[in-house]
This record gives sequence, C-alpha cells and structure tokens, in this order.
Amino acid sequence: MLSLGTGGGKASKASFVSYVTPEEIKSEKEPPKKNKHPELLPGEVVFCSANPILKFTQDDQSQRGVFGTLLCTNFRVAFVSDEEEDAAQHFKNRLYGEHDIPLMCVDSIYGGYDDKKKLITSGLVKNKSPNKMIIHCKDLRVFQFCLTFTKEEDARKIFQGIVHHCLEPKSLKCVFAFSYSNIPNPERWATTTFDSAEDWNQEMKRTRGWCKIVTGNENFELSQRLPQVFIVPKAVSEEDYAKFQGLGLPIWCWSHHTGCALFKASSVPMLQEDTVAQAYMERMLNDVAQNHLYSVKTEDLSETLPSIQEIQLAYTKFKQFFLIDNTTDFWMSDVKWFSSLENSGWLDIIRQYLQKAVEVVECLEAENTNVLIMEEDGTDLCCVISSLVQLMLDPYFRTLPGFQSLVQKEWVAGGHNFQDRCNHLHHKDKEQCQSPVFLLFLECVWQLLQQHGPGFQFSETYLTVLSDSVHVPVFSTFLFSSACQRVSSIRADSPQTQRGALSCPAVWDWSVQFDRKAQDFFINPLYAEKPVKVVKKSHRPKHQRQLSLPASAFKTPSKKSFFKEETDSLKKMLRLRRISRWMLSPDSPQPSTREFYEAWLRKPLDYHGLLLPCLSGPAIRLWVQRYLRWLPEVQVFGGGAMAVISRLSELLAQVQELKQQLEWKGHRQETNHRGVPAHLQPAVRHSSVFPFASSRNWSFRPVIPTNVFQSLLVPDSLADQDDEYTEVVSLV
Amino acid sequence: CSTQRQTPTHPPSVPCRRSAAHCSRLPFNPLDSGPGCSRWASRESLRLEPLADVALLPGEERVTDKDIIYICPFAGALKGKVFITNYRLYFRSNDDPSVILDVPLSTIGRVEKMGGASSRGENSYGLDITCKDMRNLRFALKQEGHSRRDIFELLFRYAFPVSHGLQLFAFLSQEKYEENGWNIYEPVDEYRRQGLPNDKWRITFINEKYELCDTYPTKLVVPYKASDEDLRRVATFRSRSRIPVLSWIHRENQAVIVRCSQPLVGMSGKRNKDDERYLDVIREANGTPKLTIYDARPNVNAVANKATGGGYEGDDAYQNAELVFLDIHNIHVMRESLRKLKDIVYPNVEEAHWLSSLESTHWLEHIKLVLSGAIQVADKVSSGSSVVVHCSDGWDRTAQLTSLAMLMLDSHYRTLRGFQVLLEKEWISFGHKFTSRIGHGDKNHADQERSPIFLQFIDCVWQMTKQFPTAFEFNERLLVVILDHLYSCRFGTFLFNCESVRDANALRSKTVSLWSMINADSSSYVNPFYTVESSRVLYPVASMRHLELWVMYYIRWNPRIRQQSQSPMEQRYRELLALRDQYVKKLEELQMSEDPSSPHLTNNSTPSATSPRQRITHLHTPF
Repeated sequence: MLSLGTGGGKASKASFVSYVTPEEIKSEKEPPKKNKHPELLPGEVVFCSANPILKFTQDDQSQRGVFGTLLCTNFRVAFVSDEEEDAAQHFKNRLYGEHDIPLMCVDSIYGGYDDKKKLITSGLVKNKSPNKMIIHCKDLRVFQFCLTFTKEEDARKIFQGIVHHCLEPKSLKCVFAFSYSNIPNPERWATTTFDSAEDWNQEMKRTRGWCKIVTGNENFELSQRLPQVFIVPKAVSEEDYAKFQGLGLPIWCWSHHTGCALFKASSVPMLQEDTVAQAYMERMLNDVAQNHLYSVKTEDLSETLPSIQEIQLAYTKFKQFFLIDNTTDFWMSDVKWFSSLENSGWLDIIRQYLQKAVEVVECLEAENTNVLIMEEDGTDLCCVISSLVQLMLDPYFRTLPGFQSLVQKEWVAGGHNFQDRCNHLHHKDKEQCQSPVFLLFLECVWQLLQQHGPGFQFSETYLTVLSDSVHVPVFSTFLFSSACQRVSSIRADSPQTQRGALSCPAVWDWSVQFDRKAQDFFINPLYAEKPVKVVKKSHRPKHQRQLSLPASAFKTPSKKSFFKEETDSLKKMLRLRRISRWMLSPDSPQPSTREFYEAWLRKPLDYHGLLLPCLSGPAIRLWVQRYLRWLPEVQVFGGGAMAVISRLSELLAQVQELKQQLEWKGHRQETNHRGVPAHLQPAVRHSSVFPFASSRNWSFRPVIPTNVFQSLLVPDSLADQDDEYTEVVSLV
Repeated sequence: CSTQRQTPTHPPSVPCRRSAAHCSRLPFNPLDSGPGCSRWASRESLRLEPLADVALLPGEERVTDKDIIYICPFAGALKGKVFITNYRLYFRSNDDPSVILDVPLSTIGRVEKMGGASSRGENSYGLDITCKDMRNLRFALKQEGHSRRDIFELLFRYAFPVSHGLQLFAFLSQEKYEENGWNIYEPVDEYRRQGLPNDKWRITFINEKYELCDTYPTKLVVPYKASDEDLRRVATFRSRSRIPVLSWIHRENQAVIVRCSQPLVGMSGKRNKDDERYLDVIREANGTPKLTIYDARPNVNAVANKATGGGYEGDDAYQNAELVFLDIHNIHVMRESLRKLKDIVYPNVEEAHWLSSLESTHWLEHIKLVLSGAIQVADKVSSGSSVVVHCSDGWDRTAQLTSLAMLMLDSHYRTLRGFQVLLEKEWISFGHKFTSRIGHGDKNHADQERSPIFLQFIDCVWQMTKQFPTAFEFNERLLVVILDHLYSCRFGTFLFNCESVRDANALRSKTVSLWSMINADSSSYVNPFYTVESSRVLYPVASMRHLELWVMYYIRWNPRIRQQSQSPMEQRYRELLALRDQYVKKLEELQMSEDPSSPHLTNNSTPSATSPRQRITHLHTPF
C-alpha cells in the first residue's frame, strides 16, 4: 500500500534534538552556576533541586525541549526554565506557574528507561534510576523531564525526592496549607460559609423552610459525624439526635416554596431483627413526612446509583484518554474515540446522577412531597444529588456567590470527606476510598451549564478552575475529612509552633490565585440578571404551612393508606414507597421522569426558573475545556466557542463601564469626563483552549491526522464498487 | 402532546408566508427555510388563517385533501387533514392543532402502502413515506372507499413528476424576488477577483458549446502555454474529457488548485505525452519543484479503476509529480453510512449506546477524512506548491476537496455571497450530478447513483463554522435552508447534472434561483459574531475529539432533543449591543445638556465594526 505521506508511525522514533547541546550549556552556564529558584511562597521551602534538566516540549514528538532547573519544595514540583519566558499570560495563577505542579496535583509518576515506561509506586527506586521522568497531573497536564544531562547523583536525588514527596503517605500537618501564611483578602463574591447558626437561619428564611436548627453540636458532643450546626425536621425529638451517633438523622438541605423539603441522611446499619433501629428509622421518616402534608418519599441512593468505587473506576479509565504522551498516541486513540469514551462509563454515570436528581426534582416540584435521600455515609452521593436538585430548582445557586454557598453548605459544612476521596495524604489503606465524587458533581453542573448557558452566572472556566483548586494544598476548603476534623485542626494547639493553628484561606478567596482581570473569566457573559420589574413573590404560591398536619391532610388516598399502616416495618414501608414511580426498574432505562421532562419542555424556558437537563445520547457531552485544554493537537487556533464568548465578554465589559459612567454622571453633574468607553480591542486571536494553554506555541501549519484509514472497515462490496454504473470507457 | 415544537425560547411560528418580522426571530423559520418543518402554530394565527387556507406559493395549486391519521412517532396517532398541492404535502392535526407537517413533495424519496385488506390492528392500513431529509411519515387511512389508492396515486404522481413526464415545481413557480440570484456567479468576474487572467493563466472559451467536455462549464482557466489543440489532446486522456483546469490561485505565491478526472491509464498502463507535459506546465507556472497530485480515492480503488480504463498518474510517467491518496470512500459507502445514521437518530435517538452507535455509522469518520484531505490540499497550496485534485470523474470527492480547501484559503468564500459563488462554481458549474445524486422527482428510490455527497460537504462546512464561530459571515440557518432546498425543487439552483443540460432546459430563465430568496432576506442568514479577517487561512482540526454530529440538522425532527442553537448567544449579543447604544446615547445627551458648545462626543462610542448594522451595509457593497 502506498504510504500516506504523513508518516505517523515512524516519527515517534525521532532522535533527540535540542536547541542547545549539553556542552554549550556547560560552557555558558559555568560562571554563574547557580540554580534558579521560583518565587517562593511564604512558608515554602526547597527540598531539592537539579540542573540542567530538559523539559520536553509537549506539542512536539521530535523530543525537543527547554533546559532549566527542576525543584521540589514542600508545595510543588517546579521547573524554572533557563530561557527567558515571555510573561504575557492571560490567566496566570499566582500560586504556581505553568511549569509547576502542586504536590497534591500529581496523579502518577512514571520512570522512563530508554524505551520503556514504568509506573512508580513508592519512593524507593531500586536498580538504576530512570533517565526520564513523566508526571501525569490531576489537572490533566503531562510533563516529561529528561534527567540525563545533570549529574547522576543529582538526577537520582531529584527523582527520589519528587517521588517521595508526591507519593509517600504523609500526615495532615505536612500539607503545605499548614506552613502557608496568608493575609486574607476581602472576597469578591461574598460566600455564605454555613459555619454559624446565623448562616443556616438565613438560608432557612430565604427558602422559607419550616424546620429547626440544632446548635448543640458545637463541640461535637452529639456526634462527630454531624456538623456543628444543622437543621432537622421540627418533629424530631431531642433524644433522637444522637441515638445512632447521628446516623439516620434527616438533615435538612433545602425547602421548596410549596413547603416540602429535601433531607439527607446516612443510613443506620440494620440487621434483620433490629427492632430498635427499625423503629427509629420509621420515626424519622414520620418526622420528615410531618414537615409538609404528611408525605415523604425516600430512597437509598447506594442501591440505585453507581457507587463511589464505580465512579473511581470509570474516571480512572476516562482520564487516561487525556493523559497523552505524544502525537502518535493521540491519533491512535482518535480512531476509536467515541466507543472508548463510552466504554469508560463516565458519561453514563453523569447521566445517571442527573437522572436521579431530576427524579427528586419531580417529587418536590410536581408532587410537592418531602424527600429523604439516604446513603451509607450521607456525604457522597447525597451531596451530589442534593446539590444538583438545588441547582435545578433554585436560581440563586446558579449565581456565582450562590454556587459557592451551595458547595459550602452541602459539601464543606455537609462534611464530604475530601481528604480520603482525593487521597490527599496518599495513605495506602485509603486507596479504596478514593473517588472523584466532587468532580462528578462539577461535571454534572457543567452539563447543565452547557445546555442552559444563560441560566448561570459563572462560566465553564470557573468550574474548570474550581476542579483544579481541589488539588492545590493551600486552601482549607477541600482539605479535611469531616467538619469535626476541620474544626479541630483550626483550633489545634500545635505542639510545634503557634502557627499550627490553621490560617489558610478558603478557595473562594480567588485573589489568592488570580488577579482581578483573570477572575473576570469566571463570569459567564450569557447570564443576564433577572429583570427587576418582575413582581415580587407573584409566582410563589402562598405557603401552605399554616396548615397543621392532622391525619386528614393526606394528599392522596394512596399516601393515606400508606401512612395508616404505621406498624409496618421500615423495610416494608420503603418498598411500598418505591412501588410508585420513584424507583427505576432496570428494564426501563429512562422513563420515569420523561413525562415530567416533556411537560417542562413544553413550557417557555425561564432561565431564572426550573432548569432540567436533557439526558439523551447527544446531549451529554464531553467537557472539552477541562479535558482537552492541554492537548496541542486539538487546539483550534483562532477558533473554538471561546471566540464567541470572549466577544460577548468584551461587549459586556463595555456596557458595564458605560453604565458606571452614566451613574457617576447622574450623581455629579460635572463635565470632567474622560470620554468614552474603551474601544473594542482589536480582536486578539486566541486558541480554542483559551484561557488555558499559552499562545506561544502557535504554529501556522495544520495538524494532519494519521491512522485514519485503517479504522474504516467498509464492506468490500461497497468499497470496490465503481462510482458510476460502469459505462465502459471506450479508450480501454 | 409533546411533539413538534420549536425551542421554547422562540415564539410560536405563524403560518404566514413572507413575514420577515417573524422569520428573523426564529432560528429556522419553518416556512421560509425548512420546507416541511413541523411546528407549533399559535391559536391566534389560526383564527386568522382558517384551516383550509394553506398559504400557497405563487404557482402552487391545490390537488386534493383528505381526512387522515398521522401516526406521529412522538405523540402517537393524530387525526387531521392532509392537503396535497403540486408542491407540498401539508398536514394539520385536529387533535393537536400544533402538529403541522409541511413537506415539499420532492423531499419524498419513497411512498409505500402498508397493511393490506386483511390488516387487523388499529391504524395498520395506510401509507409509509420516506423523506430525503432524515424522517419518515406514516399515515393511516380507512379501508373503505379506495381512499388510500387515490391518495397514493396522487402522491406518487406529484412526488415523482419526472417519472410521470410532468414538470418539476421549480418550472411552475411564479415567485418573484427583487434580486436575480442567477447573477450571483459570473465566472469571468470571479476569475478576475482572483487576479486572472495573468501571464501564466488564460481564460479559454474552447468549451463554449460544450464540445470539449459536456459536463464542464463554458469558461475554463488553463495554462497560458497550453494551446487549444493541447487541451483537446489532453481531453482524450482524461475520463469524460474532464481535463485539469484551474479552480483557484493563491494571490501571493501563485500556487494553484487544479481539478480534473482520473487519467485513462487502463490495464496496460497507457501514457499520454500531452497530459504529462500539460501537468508539467501547471507545475512550472509558479516554479513549484514538485507538483502534488491528490487522488481522493483509497489506493486500492484507484488501482481497481484501471480495470475499467481509469487509473492514476504513475511515478515514471509524471516524474515531477508526487501522488498522494486521500482514502476517501466512494458514493456507495457514503450512502450506506447515512442510512445507518438515520437508523440511530430517527424516530428515536439511540440512548444506551449513543456514542458507539454513532461510531459504527462511520459518518463522522468520513467527515474527518474529507476534512483532513482538504486541509492537506490547503496546506500545500499555502506553502507555495501547486496541486492537482481528482477522484474518478472529478465531480464528487473532487468538488468536496477543492471547495473545502478554497473555503480554508480564501476568506471571500466565507461571506454570505462568496459562499453562494463557491457553490455555484465548484459544485454547480463543474457538474456535480445533483439530479443523479439526489434523484429529483424520480421514483426510483433504490437508484445506485444516489449519494449524500453534497450533504456531507455541507456537514464539513458546518464543522468548520463550529470550530471557527467568528470566521463565517453566514450562520447555521443558511446551511439548513440550503439543504432543505437541495431537495425541495422549489428553486432551480440544484437541478440537473451539468451546465449543458441546464442550458438545454433554459433553467435560468424558467426557474428562480435559491439565492434570490436568500439575498432578499440576508439579515436572517448573517452570523452576528462574524469578524472580517481577510488574509487568514483556517485550518480546522480533523480529530474525532472535535467533530460532532450536527444535531440541529440530523435530529431536528425529534422534539425531545432541545435544540442547542447558538441563538442564546446571538440573542444576548443583540441585547448587549442595544444596551450599549442606549447608554452611549444617554451619555451623549447628558454631555450635550452640560456643554452645548461641544458638538459631540468623540466618535469612539459609535458601534464598532461588529455591529450588525454595519455588517449589513457591508453585505451590499458590490464585490
């Protein structure tokens, strides 16, 4: 077969080419012979460093690169280039540069031995040290360092050092956040943190909830599982709070304007004949039901949704598609791209979670039933579902401060075990618990965002940055395993220093990472605030809470009959509940909420009202920005959705500036104006991955796919057929 | 009923034919754009337009109407009335007045009777209609009184007029538009725009009477050095006499895109000195060291073509040329791929294994191959080397490759009018066989000549607009409208296989051009984000990571897919522009009242180059 002329296969073997030869470096660098340091953060200490190290340029299979110094500090793995970097970066992170990797962000390390690549699992490198180090990051960057130019001793040291600090188990106190000191800045977007009774009170008022605040857990006397402050249904009696160390206690999440509310609980481990626990759960369910019209639906999410292990498994497969070492691999994997995506199962998990959230929304919105979702710990799947439900129902959570408050409420105050789910401390025994549950939530949010752009104040860039920030060990937000651990760490009387008490910022203090201009990328220019004109409360039906809850207030006969049988065991009750449309039968993949969705679809779309996701095949998509941003092969120069978004952002900025001027003028009738809004800047051309990858490596040659034809297995009869009905050419 | 609705952000459409106000607010106005969109109609408008009065096109005539049951795949059986004219099939439901079908008869590919006299089940006796625009329609009828036979015969007659010796609707239409769209493409003007003729290239009229090649246009651009006699000799060595002629020339480096058909090498490996010298003259024209010949076919197919007298340019015969096969499959493979695609999107979207089903159709892989072929052509040309592109006959894959490469290289073709010129030039005038590929008015639905080559090209264009949302002056709607009228036969634009047949049928005087309609309402087809960047070459990324199924086209009949149009973005953009103008005006007023002596604010505040108003004026500037 004739070659395509685009030799893919062979090119990967290209021999090493560098801009400078090692000899040149020596002669040039000899006099100063000083390793460069990055600008260290307060509290940052360099553990080890090596020079010269060659960092391969990612977008090039010819194995070229840049020489520089590789360092390992208590915060990051840093690479400082010997060459001058042009600083023109739009979206610079103040904490770490584009060649730096926060220690927590390291996903895996490979040692390269000539042609082989070996996964490194522990700090002890036996035999000879590798000549190449490949680092895969949790934010999906891939780094390749060549170690052969530096002294063998240094190379071994830096390799061992990095492996040690990135992969070996460590104690919480060793996390950089405990060394980092920072003066907190006023936050740009005021975020409710939900660490005080006041915050919870406000939230209940906002949603006009009808429950009671429990403040008795200030010092975790009731239970270490529960937050310091939480809300339970009014009917729950005080002695039930800590009956099972907080297990099974319905925690209020959010109230619908009709009065019904969403609750979550961890499940009580129940043996067959454990009548105490059964009676307790029955009582709790009853208490929830009394919150509104004596109705409740409940579900154990761990029975119907993929478990955290399945989430982890799917994501582990999925992320590999983006951690690509070279162009040949890229085009190889392009051939079966769609089926690979599907086989990972990640997109399907997203679909299932969104589907479940829609089911809960239907209960609240269409049936006005209280909902209690349960799960083993009550802090994983419950967090995903309850925050998604709130995001769909409550437009406040689709604003930027609202979204941050939601994460605080459901995830941080709600006690999601970030520490183990991310395995921040690399404890081997915690590997079973590792699972990107929070990322799954952000993925679901992204799906909603891309389907209903104008409904969200924040942009996908915001979500991407937030997902990265989980792995930056500077913030208290994503560091702990529970509210109890967080509080005790902050209060800690450290044996070493006074600084042991934690004073690190929350991730919401975005100025720690980005300057104001960069933060502007967080705002979605499609979002328009709700027009003020709308008559207040007009569409909110009056609360029905005045109704007390006599037994006669049953909504429907079916519910009535159900709750009459109060002597039934909980198991039976739950089963009864599920016979309704609540439970999905495995045979019918999607149907239960279809009618609800279609009814919603028929109504005019209100971006400040209920938003439901479309869940059909083509609607669930790949989060291109997050996953493809570092792959040079897929960058569309001067294109991508960003081209339109940045145009909108520029225009929005202009409009806001004009508005300000106008307001300013309206107040003070002075002629001292300095003219007018800035021009639209001559449209700067960005690449489709803007603002992420730097624009320096722009090439004006196109990327030409390789390995295309092999994939097309076309039935021979068709392929061999002539284009025309063969009108025999006379000249044969 | 949940079916047949537009995106809820848009007001219900009104069945009133040329109401520009409504058109501009809809993403795809069903009547002006998509013949045959089903849609919601507001009750109010229905009162204005009673049921029987389907607004007819000038020249459209009522044929029959009949009570019928439409078996909607989404809402179930709906009783209603069907109207058949000489142009369309129109159905309105009594049960749900929002369900309307409006299908140009030419869009129908196949009509079949379903169920027989013995059929028992409810609604099992009726008609099954397959449309060329990715949907099927099923109607149920009563068994009594020959009602099915009557309607079947009428449909069969009017949907396939060519098979019945009748005229296509385009020849009956009496539509009038201000502009004559047939004038959009004047070959000599277009070549002059490219800087032709020059000292290396001349325009020849040798084919004025289609004597050299009956499927080529009359005016051709050929090397200055090649005499008419040379051309005739070359023609004997190229399939169907489709000799290498210039399609496009790069203004700076003078590299050219030349298109042709395969050389008639045959089993014996014939050579033709004239052809060899001719290609070398093309190479020499701008001093290209090695001429690149892109053969669109897979290597094996090119070899197989030798058996029927065709073949490819061998190394030894064409020493200064390099041959590259682009591995694009033939029309039969593409037809099969689209058939598979239809299976997974209509009526129901395959849910559980969407991605692997999509992959198994290979539709996007074919798109990837076509795009990456065009990228290679464009890259070669912009690096200064001339190229020759051919497949077997040079009217399917060749047209795809040259027109896409030109779209990448020349920003003129990315304007609303420039795109029309591109289609007129590379597709229509160079003899893409629209009649054979689409089967206009022909009952023979299983014809092996049919193939979605042009659809595939438009899909590639859409993929490009998706990757470069600011680089094209036209919007997605234009592409959908073009495809709808590819089948509708309301306009003459896509009729017949080549210019000689068009001339013989006096097409330009007897029919209206699609561009007449489009240019009468150009603002509906303008992309507000368009930024003029004249010298820029666009290279899309032909990776499956970026290619996506064009949901707005292939799945538009499915009411469950919320149509992800760009319209929220466009809407927001217009809102913001209006706000800006409003604030600027207020500021100016304030300024005036404060300081009457200074006449105006600096002109900085007038809408920038991106405002739609300016773009429209730009549209009307003559090229």
